[in-house]
Amino acid sequence: MFKILEKQVFSPIIKQFVIEAPKVAKSCKAGQFVILRIHEEGERIPLTIADYDREKGTITIVFQEVGKTTTQLGQMEAGDYIKDFVGPLGEPSHIEKFDGPVVVVGGGVGIAPVHPIARDLKAAGNHVIGIIGARSGDLLFWEDKMREACSELLVTTDDGSYVRKGFVTDVLKEVIEERGKDNIPMVLAIGPQPMMRAVCNLTKEYGIKTIVSLNALMVDGTGMCGCCRVSVGGATKFVCVDGPEFDGHEVDWLELGRRGAYFRPEEQRAMEHHQCKCGSGCGGAK
Amino acid sequence: MTDASKPKKEIKPKKNPMPAQDPVERARNFNEVALGYSREAVIDEANRCLQCKKEPCRQGCPVEVDIPAFIRLAAAGDFAGAIAKIKEKNALPAVCGRVCPQENQCEKYCTLGKKHEPVGIGRIERFCADWELATGVKVPEVAPPTGKRVAVVGSGPAGLTCAADLAKLGHEVTVFEALHVAGGVLMYGIPEFRLPKAVVQAEVENLKKLGVKIEVNSVVGKFTTVDALMEEEGFDAVFIGTGAGLPYFMNIPGENSCGVYSANEFLTRTNLMKAYMFPDWDTPIKIGKKVAVLGGGNVAMDAARTALRLGAEESWIVYRRSHTELPARKEEVEHAEEEGVKFAFLTSPVEILSNDDGWVTGMKCIKYELGEPDASGRRRPVPIEGSEYIMDVDTVVVAIGQGPNPLVPRTTKGLELTKKGNIVADLETGATSKPGVFAGGDVVTGAATVILAMGAGRTAAKSIHEYLMNK
Repeated sequence: MFKILEKQVFSPIIKQFVIEAPKVAKSCKAGQFVILRIHEEGERIPLTIADYDREKGTITIVFQEVGKTTTQLGQMEAGDYIKDFVGPLGEPSHIEKFDGPVVVVGGGVGIAPVHPIARDLKAAGNHVIGIIGARSGDLLFWEDKMREACSELLVTTDDGSYVRKGFVTDVLKEVIEERGKDNIPMVLAIGPQPMMRAVCNLTKEYGIKTIVSLNALMVDGTGMCGCCRVSVGGATKFVCVDGPEFDGHEVDWLELGRRGAYFRPEEQRAMEHHQCKCGSGCGGAK
Repeated sequence: MTDASKPKKEIKPKKNPMPAQDPVERARNFNEVALGYSREAVIDEANRCLQCKKEPCRQGCPVEVDIPAFIRLAAAGDFAGAIAKIKEKNALPAVCGRVCPQENQCEKYCTLGKKHEPVGIGRIERFCADWELATGVKVPEVAPPTGKRVAVVGSGPAGLTCAADLAKLGHEVTVFEALHVAGGVLMYGIPEFRLPKAVVQAEVENLKKLGVKIEVNSVVGKFTTVDALMEEEGFDAVFIGTGAGLPYFMNIPGENSCGVYSANEFLTRTNLMKAYMFPDWDTPIKIGKKVAVLGGGNVAMDAARTALRLGAEESWIVYRRSHTELPARKEEVEHAEEEGVKFAFLTSPVEILSNDDGWVTGMKCIKYELGEPDASGRRRPVPIEGSEYIMDVDTVVVAIGQGPNPLVPRTTKGLELTKKGNIVADLETGATSKPGVFAGGDVVTGAATVILAMGAGRTAAKSIHEYLMNK
């Protein structure tokens, strides 16, 4: 059992937990993920590690409530226990000193996993330009942490309710135009699939290498089931052991999106079933 | 009977039949198919044993159970004595009694089997094990502590057997399991209807009573490495039994379409995650009307039978050779046939077809004919030109085999591997190229059976003990 030490609510659907998991905290690196299961009947869901404290033995996760499991997770409080919490899984981010400024882009809840990568890139001597964005200002979080992790930080909101109006791709385009495409050796983007895809479309025009962190459906997360397979450069890869980071220009986004949506009707059904049981929806009428 | 003074026993030519759920009914539920002998039946079956002097059955048992001795005790109704005898050599009797391919092992050599049906050794073993689980388990004696610590990586049949043997010898054993529950393939792979998960967990609990520590949610190769376990965590030896956890795919177009599962995914969702109880359990599985399972082994049979139970209208085994070459156990094939699984022999897919949303709509197949025998001695399937046709399916399960999961082999320094990525280990001792590191089971041999993995775990335990005591 893994204790939730702290809970922070960023918005009604975006929450942060600090979880006691010394085994994971001892060895995890930026870019890796964990798989958790809330209770005995629970499903296994992957979440990218947002931060860690090796001394305290804690892992920080930030998640958005999208389905039954994340909604139930969001209802848990500090002091509660998560049944299973395993990691670190996946390959760590590739960190090196690049020749020129690198750009890291975090969209929505994707800001969280970008954070430790930005921090490590900066620690490796890079000039890190951070771009973070959300639909609106109230969904934005970790501006201060990101400002610290990056060399400079640019903030945007889709609706213009905070700092400026525009997508992260709009800001990225301005940065590339301003710095010159040949001076930016690498872009890293994490966020919702349409956002990562849009970033890749943009950077492909400029010919800038772009790394994305994919979120696929998984069961074991150790390369055993192949549920998370994705075509990258025409070859089948497992997100759980070959990724989660890949060259975004090589990813078959259409296939990834389709595979990710495969269980959507069941996810909907699970959510309704959950609401029936917990009384928040139909009051058990179904 | 060799003693002339005893009256000659009347020989019953046939085994006592195993009571089983009705095929039509069971094909739609996940309850165990074989129901187990009654007390009367087990005593009757045990009395079929000739107690012959040569004891040929014993040579067929990979873990060297004293078969005639336990059968003698069971025949006398002394089930406590019988199970104690079995457990001298076998740490997982309730599992073995259910899933061992006895027809190729102990029962293959049974003297009675020369003229008649052999003694139902596996069925008697199962009864004794279930009897003990129901009446209360007696913990075997454990030797005084040696002060030596062993890490076992993987809690499948090889790891559990190795752990049990070492614990009985007085060593401190910690088993590291990647998943959230111990048992490995016994939990995620073999279906509930062949091996109830409660039986597996009861056996795991028995191991804990021997003092074995089990750490679940612990992926060796990720949170730590084999090297770190020895150098930093103070383990004196390591046994690697990580199994065959890497699914093979056909590498044909359309294989990443929605509705194509590896057998590992299909069975893990169903068995480990209990998707058949969705939405009371959270993990979903989607089953179409017509399911094609590619492959002809035991895993393929498990997947095809599982598909029926999940509600598929038709479940097909698609296999490129013929019935004779099916690698699955005869009993598994018969069970599948009885339950209504259909077979498309001499057929193999060349492409999986999908609609605009990427969902499987069919499978382009080619017909084969059998040519000359190949290296395996089986007749080589040869594609028939121009025989392509479309098989109308909406779910495909790829069950063409598994390789070794690379997480541990790749992260262990100085471990010799084969081209396929299996760990090279001496089959007589389990020793690898790295001192203090032993390996056994599917990660060494490639996908095989539960009992062979147990045999390898037991062999390794013996040599780990020698290694530790001479260290």
